[in-house]
Amino acid sequence: MKELKIGCGKPTGSKVGEPGREETAGVEAENKKEAAMSVAKVGAKAPDFEAPAYQAGGFGQVKLSDYLGKWVVLCFYPGDFTFV
Amino acid sequence: MLSISVDSHFVHKMWQDNELSRMVEGGVPFPMVSDAGGKIGSVYGVYNEDAGVEMRGRFIIDPDGVIQAIEILSPPVGRNVSELIRQIKAFQHVRATNGDEATPSGWQPGKPTLKPGPDLVGHVWEVWKVDEAF
Repeated sequence: MKELKIGCGKPTGSKVGEPGREETAGVEAENKKEAAMSVAKVGAKAPDFEAPAYQAGGFGQVKLSDYLGKWVVLCFYPGDFTFV
Repeated sequence: MLSISVDSHFVHKMWQDNELSRMVEGGVPFPMVSDAGGKIGSVYGVYNEDAGVEMRGRFIIDPDGVIQAIEILSPPVGRNVSELIRQIKAFQHVRATNGDEATPSGWQPGKPTLKPGPDLVGHVWEVWKVDEAF
């Protein structure tokens, strides 16, 4: 995780929807097309994003495509301090 | 593992410090991503604009960056981590066999897989029993 400089002025909005780096051959042309449309679908490239994050006492910038070559589980949830 | 919600990374820190670290020793080990405004959630189809929050969407992404599985739950029902791990192991197994093998319903590591091909058509009932789905 790239370290993030903390200040008050920086909005936390995220870059999203750019297709990930084409690093591995053998992904069908169809998948590339899907990624360009930037909609998450099974069998399609996961839309890339970059966003601020907190981990292990520090703030950083996370980019999904930095995890190419690894299995990734991406878990959305309604909010911090919610019950489930 | 990446968790993500519309909360800021500052609130993630407070949640980790005040609650999560009391559930998991040392706190959760993965990055807690902030999706303020729900832009990422919108693209992933889990952002609820009216409520301003994201549904419990879970995406398994393979090493090529391709989505292999999606599960989306509404907020009141929690996930099942055992099923998540089972699915990851199944996708990893299929990938390791270059797609030559498929994992039938209820498959667990060590259980038989299926080798799809002309000989198997109409004969799955001989090698796989309904009891194995549970």
